[in-house]
Amino acid sequence: MREAILQDNRLSWLQPEGADNDVVLASRILLSRNLRDIPFPNRADLHELGKVEERLAGAIPALQAVTEEPMLVMEMEKLSPLKREVLREKQLISERLMRSPQHRAVYLTKKQDISLMVNEDDHIRIQCITAGLDLAKPLKKAFAIDDILEEQLDIAFDEKMGYLTSSPTNLGTGLRAAVLLHLPGLVFTRNVSNIINISPQLGLAVRPLFGDEKEQPGCLFQIANQLTLGYSEQELIDNLRGAVTEIVAHERRARKALALYMKERLEDEVWRAFGTLSYARLLPEKEVLELLSRLRLGMDLKLIRGVAPECYGQMLLASRTSFLQNLAANENLSKAEIDRLRAQHMRRIIEEHQVSLEE
Amino acid sequence: MLCDDCGRHEAVVHITQIGPDGRVEKNLCESCAAGYSEFAGVPQQDKRHVSVDDFLRGIFNSANNVPTEENRGTNAAGELACPRCGMSYQDFSQTGKIGCAACYATFRQQLEPILRRIHGSSVHRGKIPHRSGGTLELKQNISLLQQQLKACVEQEEYEKAAELRDKIRAMKQELAAKEGGRENA
Repeated sequence: MREAILQDNRLSWLQPEGADNDVVLASRILLSRNLRDIPFPNRADLHELGKVEERLAGAIPALQAVTEEPMLVMEMEKLSPLKREVLREKQLISERLMRSPQHRAVYLTKKQDISLMVNEDDHIRIQCITAGLDLAKPLKKAFAIDDILEEQLDIAFDEKMGYLTSSPTNLGTGLRAAVLLHLPGLVFTRNVSNIINISPQLGLAVRPLFGDEKEQPGCLFQIANQLTLGYSEQELIDNLRGAVTEIVAHERRARKALALYMKERLEDEVWRAFGTLSYARLLPEKEVLELLSRLRLGMDLKLIRGVAPECYGQMLLASRTSFLQNLAANENLSKAEIDRLRAQHMRRIIEEHQVSLEE
Repeated sequence: MLCDDCGRHEAVVHITQIGPDGRVEKNLCESCAAGYSEFAGVPQQDKRHVSVDDFLRGIFNSANNVPTEENRGTNAAGELACPRCGMSYQDFSQTGKIGCAACYATFRQQLEPILRRIHGSSVHRGKIPHRSGGTLELKQNISLLQQQLKACVEQEEYEKAAELRDKIRAMKQELAAKEGGRENA
């Protein structure tokens, strides 16, 4: 069962569904909570961390009312570093949870849309993800989970400062709402840096999912709220949604301009990407991210019709190195072997998603 | 030193690989090191996290240096430390992290200006836990209704305003009963 989750290349929140899914891939809510009488994980000793784990384990079964299925637990200490890395690639855990694995754990649903990290920076981190632009639904789910946990556990809360967290940057609501965006139009027209520069003024932070300031293979960006105190959760997600709606409009305008003024070049790029992904024998990680971005753009603009849009999410996940290593059950693959495996998966997924063009 | 892989450029990156043949250490030039980029991705993210902590450390330090009335008092009486986890203000400025829930009460005076600098506010306005939030939820609901009442009066919707007024009155009674009950207990 646990292995099945690690090997599954379908993430429910990477499906092309939900509002504005031509630009918005997914929406995520993260709530940080702490137990009142135990020091925060960075200050707690192993015995205290164990107590947190134990108490949380007792509170988990009641969550079935929200999750509709029993949650699976994965203890970091029992997982190999490679398997931890796979969970991180799937965005189910954070890097900090992996760093010191003692008494660190994650609870997951089979659909992988809810994950609960234990003893990360805070005792409890509730994460809910959904496809497309929809912050209200995961927030409602996270609140429901929070309510059930709070009924059973004493949560650190201060009348004036709100929920108490290990980092003062999360204090108050403990809410980090994030939206994952695909912005090939803005990257190509060199407008992304403007958005990254403006966002702090709106209390938001934009960062590329892959790459750095200079280069963003895959054109994937995450935008999240920076402020957590002094505003209600609703105000915080309204602010984020407002900014995202604006970015989506700019991205669509950029794509329209590309389709109008550079139609032939755009079509060429998109079909080249499709061709490479369909037939290449060796594919490095970075190249695949770039090709996938073009393929997705081609599907969103209806330039490519021969393949079902569901393939993008699966290919994105199957492009990740640790995921491939884990599937092959071999941590010692050379770079060339991984590139070969990656290309093989791309070809297979495209084949599986071919649709007939007779209309 | 020259790069171990190509032997042509100056080595600027040192890597340690642990594989089936044991531990292998290499000194590489920039372009050869790029071939190991899958590994280079992780420390890059690390750097970003560190910069946030650095930033917080800076804030803690600068706040500490301002000789306010409270600060002088605590310094004279020796270092103020959290009674539960033993964290001192000095520790915050080193780690950028708070130690436990009680720290927030212990260092409230020092933390509030920092919170205002990070968030522009130091008062929580969001969700409240039903059980440990006490009467706060009720208080927040009352102030919410009072705002609505004001808006209704301004728009001359007096019927609705009367309804709200009765609701507020009932809630205030409930609040008084709860708080009174707690004092007696």
